[in-house]
Amino acid sequence: MSKQSESWKQVNKRNTANLAVWTLAWTLTMAVVSLGPKYIWENDASISLIAILINTAIGVGMILANKRHLNGLDELHRKVQLESLALALGVAVVGGLSYSMLDVANVISYDAEISHLVILIGLTYLVATVVGLTRYK
Amino acid sequence: MKNRIKVLRAERDITQAQLADELGVSRQTINAIEKGKFDPSLPLAFKLAGLFRLTIEEVFQYED
Repeated sequence: MSKQSESWKQVNKRNTANLAVWTLAWTLTMAVVSLGPKYIWENDASISLIAILINTAIGVGMILANKRHLNGLDELHRKVQLESLALALGVAVVGGLSYSMLDVANVISYDAEISHLVILIGLTYLVATVVGLTRYK
Repeated sequence: MKNRIKVLRAERDITQAQLADELGVSRQTINAIEKGKFDPSLPLAFKLAGLFRLTIEEVFQYED
């Protein structure tokens, strides 16, 4: 009886661990790409290019790992993820463009940085997921 | 959508976790279906009814 469930749980566990490894690798290579030119290879453009290509390749792996993770979830958790991702995407498009317009119109005194948008997307996704999971408890 | 899953489980002395294991979903999903917070897909509803050896109509009741 528990053979099917164990395999489902095992697959889910493996997909989650796999996604965590890819995300960690992408984050670490992103840190290397950001700090490397200044502290490691003294602004050598060819090394920067190689580092960026490696980071991008790992990013593609992370995207595929995330897709595999989502496909491995059961239908309730897939619904929660769909709602969270829809909200995060909406906030990214609307919030990102509004933020950019604020910069263009000189309403804000500083430059609109992409990192601010990434943080906003991440927080939106995180809060939406927690709220979604709580709703179905 | 109303359902009789809790009663059917109690009659057969099955826990939510056991039912979830049988269906290949999480316990939270079974709990949400049981409480009427989440409507399962048709394949999952068929699978669930089949486990109890009942028809879908005997497990789920649609309400407006």
